[in-house]
Amino acid sequence: MSGFQSNNGVIRWIEHRMPIFSFLDHSVGSEYPSPKNLSYLWNFGSLAGITLVIMIATGILLAMQYTAHVDHAFESVERIMRDVNYGWLIRYIHMNGASFFFIVVYIHIFRGLYYGSYKAPRELLWMLGVVILLLMMATAFMGYVLPWGQMSFWGAKVITNLFSAIPFFGETIVVWLWGGFTVDNPTLNRFFALHYLLPFVIVGVVILHIWALHRFGSNNPVGIDTKGPQDKIPFHPYYTVKDAFGLGVFLVFFAAVVFYIPNYMGHADNYIPANPLSTPAHIVPEWYFLPFYAILRAITFDIGIPFTGVVIIEAKLGGVIAMFGAIAVLFILPWLDRSPVRSGRFRPIFRIFFVLLFIDAIVLGYAGSQPAEGLWLAIAQVSTAYYFAYFLIILPLLSVFETPKPLPTSISEPVLRGGGGTLAGAPAKPMEKA
Amino acid sequence: MRKGFLFGLAALAAVSGGLTAAPQSVQAAGEGVPVPKFDWTFSGIFGTYDRAAAQRGLQVYREVCAGCHSLDYIAFRNLADLGYSEDEIKAMAAEAIVVDGPNDEGEMFEREGLPFDYFPAPFPNEKAAAFANNGAAPPDLSLMTKARGAGPDYLKALMGHGYEDQVSEDVLQEIFTLETDKRVQAYELALEEYQHKLEVYEDKVADGIEANRPTEPEQPLPVESIEDLGLSDGLSFNAYFPGYGIAMAMPLFEDGVEYADGTPATVEQMAYDVSNFLMWTAEPTLEERKGMGIKVLIFLIVFTGILYAAKRKVWADVH
Ligand code: HEC
Ligand code: HEM
Repeated sequence: MSGFQSNNGVIRWIEHRMPIFSFLDHSVGSEYPSPKNLSYLWNFGSLAGITLVIMIATGILLAMQYTAHVDHAFESVERIMRDVNYGWLIRYIHMNGASFFFIVVYIHIFRGLYYGSYKAPRELLWMLGVVILLLMMATAFMGYVLPWGQMSFWGAKVITNLFSAIPFFGETIVVWLWGGFTVDNPTLNRFFALHYLLPFVIVGVVILHIWALHRFGSNNPVGIDTKGPQDKIPFHPYYTVKDAFGLGVFLVFFAAVVFYIPNYMGHADNYIPANPLSTPAHIVPEWYFLPFYAILRAITFDIGIPFTGVVIIEAKLGGVIAMFGAIAVLFILPWLDRSPVRSGRFRPIFRIFFVLLFIDAIVLGYAGSQPAEGLWLAIAQVSTAYYFAYFLIILPLLSVFETPKPLPTSISEPVLRGGGGTLAGAPAKPMEKA
Repeated sequence: MRKGFLFGLAALAAVSGGLTAAPQSVQAAGEGVPVPKFDWTFSGIFGTYDRAAAQRGLQVYREVCAGCHSLDYIAFRNLADLGYSEDEIKAMAAEAIVVDGPNDEGEMFEREGLPFDYFPAPFPNEKAAAFANNGAAPPDLSLMTKARGAGPDYLKALMGHGYEDQVSEDVLQEIFTLETDKRVQAYELALEEYQHKLEVYEDKVADGIEANRPTEPEQPLPVESIEDLGLSDGLSFNAYFPGYGIAMAMPLFEDGVEYADGTPATVEQMAYDVSNFLMWTAEPTLEERKGMGIKVLIFLIVFTGILYAAKRKVWADVH
């Protein structure tokens, strides 16, 4: 089979019985060809994988000391911080690791959105990514409940209560989720069980994600398919060393936060033990949920048949639908954007709307942190409208009306600026200066 | 490729900086006047605790605050961090009476505290604590500095600059303006609503339907003194407490404690000292963390530099 060779006898012995080394070599080694023009934005996939491993490692260490009981959870986390050797370090890594995981994954997603990585033949790859995002959100939400501070409790209460908006079964579902008639010990226990489980489900989906990736290989900044060996380089050593460097840069940022501002991204109220009798002045979720929280709260009006007073969807349910819709729309994105050109580099009008979407997401995040009233509510509503318009209206229309710039014939062409990459025999398209 | 890298960094910075600033600003936007910033010895990359201040703060806690506030997460043994010797810790612990047991006869018994004991709480439970304090239980202070947005700055301001006898005229005026504006805004909203209701009412009357005339909102009086804030009985004014009415009467008075090290016990000094102490109780591993951080960062930066060189070398033939 492969050209895998080794001078090491032990490796050859194992390889003969279980070809794991050639498997690795094919997956992330010298036998895995990658486009030669990937930018640093392609580092965020491997970064996300490493962050997942960091989360699982620190999480298991935390779980060895953590007590999932409403009377002891808060205290057990404080014991970890004070009495467990390097407990503070493990906990601060886990706590901030969740934020960095989302930073990395959001950049990874926006990279995909810009370079059209969701388009054929990578639709399934993209959809598996959206599944990972959903699982991450569930995991992080339940993890945040575990320290059982004020925001843990009230966040859990607000979010689980959303399910009561479901018609007919809402209340029943909420009681079922809670395991009781309010957020209480059974809720904390099951959240811990699920918080332990879901990361491993994520690992499973990540494996599928990478499997799907390897079918056609990475997309690239130009967005055209690789045309032959001259467009490719082996993953190892080129991208292993590049990913390692990217990891180093990432760890510098990560360490700076963990060691110097570990509570910056958290909320002070979560250092107050949960108290079901005292509602915090502002209940705000973790920052990575804020854009979705803004969308949830932007729907303040019932949706019904105009002028009849007939309400079909109440505001609360509307908000929940919009929030889940914001992710659901990513699932069908490959069929909304029909433009045959993948990369935003060659789509002048798309680029503008894309930049607006990026700004829109940040504005939504900010609006989510503000009380849902007055100006910020209006801004959240406009931003929500844009978010959905981008996917449901703008992209489908652009697919028809936008004239993309001419594409280069091959990846090598823009890489080797002399134009030396033109294949013999392939009619060279006139290249505009991009 | 460089462009992608820069974009990645920028995005990382934008997302981590921009978005994460948001939750903070919610706390800052919490109605009141801004808490004055203070330059603590423990802030910054090389920050360490001012041990003398923290020791004095412990004295303030033991002599003043401990009558009302518990300190659940601190054991006497932890005081070694603040530079106390084993004997001093034993002596301090011995002053506490601890209920232990059951003994071999099944009885609970009282004994002198030992270094591994935790600080005793002043009240047996929260109900008792609330009952003794006009219905507001004094919260545990172990994590207080981390449980408030402005942290130690807030504690120092609350203790040393916020009460009626302490607050500066400028801050007071700022509060009065702020509250007057709030009342005017509320009034304008109410007036708008009133006018709307009045129209509905007049329409109804014109149609001959019986209706109650809505009441006109009262023009608000400007806030010109602390009394005008209308705090409920039993609450003390404090400029930095949300809502300005706190159930804790001013706890610190000039020379309220006699410092062992001879430092004059001004209110501001005690507020500074106790805030230092309470920062330590909230984050006892701060020094270890910051010390390790420097080493980790230097290592990572050097190592990342080497990786960059390696990357350049490996990629030399591709560019
Ligand atoms: C006579 C009892 C009493 C003493 C002594 C006392 N406190 Fe308090 N403290 C209270 C009560 C009661 C509250 C609750 C106030 C409220 O919620 O309105 C409180 C609240 C606080 C708060 C929380 C304020 C907030 O933002 O919620 C802090 C911080 C505090 N005290 C610090 C101290 C310190 C430091 C000392 C010692 C210098 C001290 N207290 C002494 C009774 C006391
Ligand atoms: C997808 C990966 C994961 C994410 C995004 C994640 C997220 C989180 C978050 C946001 C918290 C709250 C931190 C805080 O504010 O204190 C948390 C806590 C916790 N997590 Fe995870 N986690 C992950 C994986 C794991 C795994 C695999 C375990 C292993 C059992 C675990 C165990 C714990 C425990 C015990 C806590 C409570 C202690 C604490 O709050 O610090 N986590 N997690």
